[in-house]
Amino acid sequence: MPTRHDAAAPPVKGGAAPARPPAESATEERRRARLSRRWQRDVRWSPYAFVSPFFLLFVAFGLFPLLYTGWASLHAVELTAPTDMDWVGLRNFTRIFDDEFFWNAAKNTLIIGIISTVPQLLMALGIAHILNYKLRASTFYRVIMLAPYATSIAAATLVFVLLFGRDYGMINWFLGLFGIDQIDWQNGTWYSKIAVSTIVIWRWTGYNALIYLAAMQAIPQDLYESAALDGASRWRQFLHVTLPSLRPTILFTCVVSTIGASQLFAEPLLFDANKGASGGSQHQFQTLGLYLYEQGWVNQHLGRASAIAWTMFLILIVVGIINYVISRRLRASS
Amino acid sequence: MTTTITKPPADAAPEPPDSGRRRRGPKAARAGGQHHAGPLAYVLLIAFTVVSIFPLFWTAVAASRDNARLAETPPPFWFGANLFDKIEVAWKDANLGEAFLNTTIVAGVSSLTIVFLSTVAGFAFAKLKFKGRGALMLIVIGTMMVPPQLQVIPLYMMVAKLDWTDQLQAVILPSLVSAFGVFFMRQYLLQALPDEIIEAARVDGASSWRVVWHVVFPAARPAMAVLGMLMFVQTWNDFLWPFLVLTQLGNPTVQVAVAGLGRGYTPDQALIMAGALLSTLPLLLVFAIFGKQIVGGIMQGAVKG
Repeated sequence: MPTRHDAAAPPVKGGAAPARPPAESATEERRRARLSRRWQRDVRWSPYAFVSPFFLLFVAFGLFPLLYTGWASLHAVELTAPTDMDWVGLRNFTRIFDDEFFWNAAKNTLIIGIISTVPQLLMALGIAHILNYKLRASTFYRVIMLAPYATSIAAATLVFVLLFGRDYGMINWFLGLFGIDQIDWQNGTWYSKIAVSTIVIWRWTGYNALIYLAAMQAIPQDLYESAALDGASRWRQFLHVTLPSLRPTILFTCVVSTIGASQLFAEPLLFDANKGASGGSQHQFQTLGLYLYEQGWVNQHLGRASAIAWTMFLILIVVGIINYVISRRLRASS
Repeated sequence: MTTTITKPPADAAPEPPDSGRRRRGPKAARAGGQHHAGPLAYVLLIAFTVVSIFPLFWTAVAASRDNARLAETPPPFWFGANLFDKIEVAWKDANLGEAFLNTTIVAGVSSLTIVFLSTVAGFAFAKLKFKGRGALMLIVIGTMMVPPQLQVIPLYMMVAKLDWTDQLQAVILPSLVSAFGVFFMRQYLLQALPDEIIEAARVDGASSWRVVWHVVFPAARPAMAVLGMLMFVQTWNDFLWPFLVLTQLGNPTVQVAVAGLGRGYTPDQALIMAGALLSTLPLLLVFAIFGKQIVGGIMQGAVKG
């Protein structure tokens, strides 16, 4: 950050400045002109100076890696010798199409994404609605429901591993009270996905509820009043006033959750600590993020991992475009 | 995808998040919506609060027991005698002393830098006129879309080349900017910093940098505090990148150290829970103290989304 101490203040007011003898007026004039030029330079260029650190760091740690990943995806690169790159063209991409593990991971990511995002956002919406009532100790609830957000992924996952334990876990014990047999949360194809999703839901529901609540509070009160005058029940008010007003916020949380779901990594990695990157004995909860890690850091094929990363990015862009089109349609139809 | 993000509603400027105490009255009235909550609402809320807090509470309970007790049914619901022993062992086994120091350095340096750079850049975007301002702001928002997986491979290559494995700068440097931070500060300053104050400072002959130092920073202080806390939480909990470049025994952050506790064939569950508890305790403490401000900050950042 270049400081601008050199660009000294031009003496516009000059009230405090000592009176100068008239003989010096010529130099004074030149000094003023110089200061004024400096002044203009300051006004003109310092905005760029202020925003440049962000862009410099972004180019170095965001844009360059993005492009370089694309470059690396066209090469065979080993983790142990990342500087030896052999050109292989699109082979890393073409092999993805026949790679059952990639598609398995893609399927898992999609399924976990859906069963973690949909209930999470619906619950968040309901909780935000409740929080929007006049409540006693409303701040208390808001702070408590952010506690999961403050919990680290590692801590949350580790405790859920224990709660979801097959033999002694509390969740199976609780279900047992209702006569439900022990569930193998780690090895079941669906159960493991539900368990991983539960961790995500637990951590993010409260956060999303607060975002919805903020948007709800921005809805003008008279919309409700006129709806009430028209005889709309509370439920109809929710459907016809609250939800339409929340549409941009809902879309925003959908986008953020989609991005988050596509990157899911630490939860499945730690959910079965001894299986690690394989995401369970049958890869039943291996996500794309985990598969990328397995290819790059366990199997040591950084080139392949790069191709996976770019494929994920392209999928995300497609999802984003679909999201955009849907939101346009929704907007046009209303 | 971009519409929702690039077109923040013009009327949804953030409220200054500070002065919680003085504002509680009018805020609560506005927040209350049109109805008082019925008993069902309280039941649901309390149920949700319990679910939110129970895993954390139970982490501490499990940390105070041992494998034998955790392998009985019903599971324990209250504290045993081992809590402090387990915490002590976890502290040593997981190299947590070093990990805490490391994470504090990483999260501290990152969040301070992010707050500083975001405030200055946010001020430029909010209050200064320059060519390309709109386009550059769009780029800032666009950068939020780039997933971290696309960055880790080249970054890892760089780190390997520079021989920075197990060194903190490998974690700190890529986390020094946040597009969210720039956006957040811009939204705040748009609304919280009247143009007249800047003009008055200009008339007094202040350079742009002086305006930042003497006008913007004091005005932005509440938002800077919130952003700092959010960024601290985020960098403290960061997992993927530290996990790739730091090793458990080398120079771990807390997350990396704790993630390593779960391995082995008969892991000591209480020990793992003690580590998990420790890793998240500082953040819970921050939340207990500044919870209200953080809630306000998240809610403000939200409406513009």
